[in-house]
Amino acid sequence: MEKTKTVVTRKKRSQLTEIWRRMRRNKLAMLGLAIVVVLILVAVFADQIADYNEVVIKQNIIGRYQGPSAEHWFGTDELGRDIFARLVHGARISLLVGVVAVIIALATGGTLGAIAGYFGGVIDNIIMRIMDIFLSIPILLLAIMIVSALGSSMLNLMIAIGIASMPTFARVVRASVLSVKDQEFVEAARAIGATNSHIILRHILPNCLSPIIVQATLRVATAILSTASLSFIGLGIKPPAPEWGAMLASGRSAIRDAPHVVVIPGLLIMVTILALNLLGDGLRDALDPKLKR
Amino acid sequence: MGKYIFKRVLMMIPVIIGLSLLVFLVLKMTPGDPARVVAGAEADEATVEQIREDLGLNKPVLQQYVDYMLGLLHGTMGNSYTTGKPVIDEIKARMPTTFILAFAGVAVAVVIGIPLGIISATKQYSILDYISTLLALAGVAMPNFWLGLMLILLFSLKLGWLPSGDAVSWQGYVLPAITMGVGATANFMRTTRSSMLEVIRQDYIRTARAKGAGEQRVVLSHALRNALIPVITVIGLQIGTLLGGAVVNETVFSLPGLGTLMISAINQKNEPVVLGCLITFAIVFSLVNLFVDILYAFIDPRIKSQYK
Repeated sequence: MEKTKTVVTRKKRSQLTEIWRRMRRNKLAMLGLAIVVVLILVAVFADQIADYNEVVIKQNIIGRYQGPSAEHWFGTDELGRDIFARLVHGARISLLVGVVAVIIALATGGTLGAIAGYFGGVIDNIIMRIMDIFLSIPILLLAIMIVSALGSSMLNLMIAIGIASMPTFARVVRASVLSVKDQEFVEAARAIGATNSHIILRHILPNCLSPIIVQATLRVATAILSTASLSFIGLGIKPPAPEWGAMLASGRSAIRDAPHVVVIPGLLIMVTILALNLLGDGLRDALDPKLKR
Repeated sequence: MGKYIFKRVLMMIPVIIGLSLLVFLVLKMTPGDPARVVAGAEADEATVEQIREDLGLNKPVLQQYVDYMLGLLHGTMGNSYTTGKPVIDEIKARMPTTFILAFAGVAVAVVIGIPLGIISATKQYSILDYISTLLALAGVAMPNFWLGLMLILLFSLKLGWLPSGDAVSWQGYVLPAITMGVGATANFMRTTRSSMLEVIRQDYIRTARAKGAGEQRVVLSHALRNALIPVITVIGLQIGTLLGGAVVNETVFSLPGLGTLMISAINQKNEPVVLGCLITFAIVFSLVNLFVDILYAFIDPRIKSQYK
């Protein structure tokens, strides 16, 4: 008994180390991870980097449209606000909306997908046909539809993007559940009298985490992009909150004379999405080498 | 073949009903009273009640939905709250711009993305392969509306070569089409590349080489035909995404399309127009999916043979 236990713990640790080892070999994925970590740190310590009321939303009309300088690293915008400080606080909004939207999508879509995959038959058919209907509308349009119904606020934006990404998770989770539900350990759990919810939560889901983690990482990127797009067309985060897409929209009118107001936030969005995509692809290769293309 | 198409067309009916019901119910959840919007803020309660009666807004929601769908079969979508004109006319007037935009975007992406994907796959690990993979990564990550603004900044404001978007001349569509196409180009390139790489290792490719077929013939007629099947799925999916993206890009280039119509309608709480735009999008998506599925059957003999 004692002996088996040590073997099990050693094997568990070695799998994580193995994933990390494979991940570390992938330079692009590590670059993505590094950028994501920096962004998270910036978002967490945004208040220490720049004060919200004193710097981020304080207007200074005389000093507007200044180019980058030592005082204002990325220049100032149409109301004389420091663009660097606004981008720092914007990171907090973007990451928060992105992550919460994905959690909403995962909670709703994942549950539906797990139910559909586990029980199969009519339930599966009904759930997945409804998901197909959702899937036939592009995420952005679905989100626009939901935001226009709920009204635009940060919470509604998270809900809209979350619901719009729900079908993707339903599909991924369903497929993973299908791939493990007939294996012997599930049969064994059922044989000793485990309930359905116990089997799904404790035995099936932990065994199909890899595709879910990968999809979640990639979907945070999509969610951030959707947030920026919605804010850009005026249906997302409202000014004066420093959302990246909204900053682009308000800088648009002065694009000829002060291009930095538009160029810099866009570059930051691009770097963020790129980093998340690289990290997601890297995770896919590291978690399951079989999936490597 | 006819049987397959017939079955596929029949399957579209529940999808369209489901989609329109979804759109309808979500919009009915919108807070605020449409009759009040039509009447204006100063109108008295009796007028508002009269308008509610006239527009059928006091009926149960499902009854309203059935009425709406019956109207749709007769080619009406109600009248706009702001202009009073039939919604269907406004949509018809705006539709061409959005469609031209989406299809020009797809065309740009097909013309650039697929050849790049083929080259990347046949010359795997060459410099060209690395460059196009890098471009694809950037293309996917770039916010579309930002790229549009950058193109305007460079080509119409600094260089003055092209207009920053107008719906009259073909030049006005050049920048929007490129903007729309970049994300899709990256997507097509990656799909073509990985699908070609898979196909090119198959036995029948070796057979084709063994019987002495030239490299060009092997790649273009043996490998590409089989590699294209997943690419066509992606093209179909992208048309939907691009129509959605058109909403944002029309704003960037100030083009009078369905997207700008819908956004201004959302801001004015002009419900019939929002509903009309969304239903139009929904029907178009279903039609595109239908078309892609039929196209499959033509390309993939395995599907065709199932329905002999």
